[in-house]
Amino acid sequence: MNAVLDFLQLHIEMVYIVILSIFLGIEVISRVPAVLHTPLMSGANAIHGVVIIGAIIVMGKAESDNYLALVLGFLAVILGTLNVVGGFVVTDRMLEMFSKKKSK
Amino acid sequence: MQASLLSIAYLIGSVTFIIGLKMLSHPASARKGNLVAAAGMFLAIAGTIFLYEEGGEKLHNYGWIFSGLLIGTVIGVIAARKVKMTAMPEMVSMFNGMGGACAMLISIVEFNHLTHSPVNAVLNDTSVSNLVESIATLITQASTGVHVGGKLLIILLGLIIGTVSFAGSVIAWGKLNGKVKDFAFKGQHIVNLTMLAVIVILATYLVAVINDSYVMVNENGRYFTHGSIGVLPEINIAFYIILALSIAYGVLFVMPIGGADMPVVISLLNSFTGVAAACGGFLYNNPVMLTGGILVGSAGTILTILMCKAMNRSLKNVLIGSFGGPKAGG
Repeated sequence: MNAVLDFLQLHIEMVYIVILSIFLGIEVISRVPAVLHTPLMSGANAIHGVVIIGAIIVMGKAESDNYLALVLGFLAVILGTLNVVGGFVVTDRMLEMFSKKKSK
Repeated sequence: MQASLLSIAYLIGSVTFIIGLKMLSHPASARKGNLVAAAGMFLAIAGTIFLYEEGGEKLHNYGWIFSGLLIGTVIGVIAARKVKMTAMPEMVSMFNGMGGACAMLISIVEFNHLTHSPVNAVLNDTSVSNLVESIATLITQASTGVHVGGKLLIILLGLIIGTVSFAGSVIAWGKLNGKVKDFAFKGQHIVNLTMLAVIVILATYLVAVINDSYVMVNENGRYFTHGSIGVLPEINIAFYIILALSIAYGVLFVMPIGGADMPVVISLLNSFTGVAAACGGFLYNNPVMLTGGILVGSAGTILTILMCKAMNRSLKNVLIGSFGGPKAGG
């Protein structure tokens, strides 16, 4: 219990960021038209691909004889990149279709 | 210099995510918003690769990193370009699952790193001259112990949320594909809740054990700590049980939900992955992961609720209403 409290104390700035970001996320999204629900979901999906940064750090810190970390990190980098790149490309394709429909 | 450049790259990244999400929620600017967010992501990734350093040491294994990035990019672009318009939602689900799996793998590596860290040596020497030194070491180790407990908590959170999201997304993908059929059995929600409870209990146990293993004073007055936390086999076992249960929970959580409700579930899992990414932000003290993850977590949750409203249903209805079997799932 103490450990958790101390951890919070150590990272209190981050806790503030978390709380403010929660409200920001709610505010930013709250007035979105229904047609944009799916593209927005897809766009948000691409943004949480930011987890790739963690994968890069894991990969970059792994000692060159620690094969478990190397292999898992390598997989993580591939999967994270898939998430980011695929996410943004799919979103772009969805929105492309959407704008074509509108102009017709 | 480099560190401050990296901070600025992260700052720009965070801001572009916010602006990107904002623009994505208006029809006229949606496409540009996506590009803005993508540019910010590129900047944050490039900054991490070239500028990140920890304790004055830069990252290595560039060969692995770049080949990983290359493979991921090629597969990602091809998959996203080839997919049929009607199959878009399942593709999103698959990519979401990849993100969850990424968070899961990070947690596994970091856990192994944590349990095999060499900081804790056995202090058995009780001679007076060494005692002072031993106590001093103990105090520093006790403070690392505090740190380790919190770190483990974050690792476990990332593991559980990421894994549930991964397993759930793969099932959702299979369902939209028609490969996985609806499946429910009587009392499934009880099984699910029990699994969740076991996961929480095991995680609490792990954090408690790790904290205790750092400072131990036995009856002879000898101060010692465990040589390495990894020495305790039950810790590793508990960790992998949590992993397995999280996979099972993710599967059983999505299994009974009807195919028509899948977009809602994908959106929910999407916000889960966001939270898992934010755990990584805590772990590495990385602001862009934190803001990006939490932003998606909260925006995704609201989006999920909005999607339910658009279908004239409540989230509870979607998630629990279909537990009764196919007749209630319609």
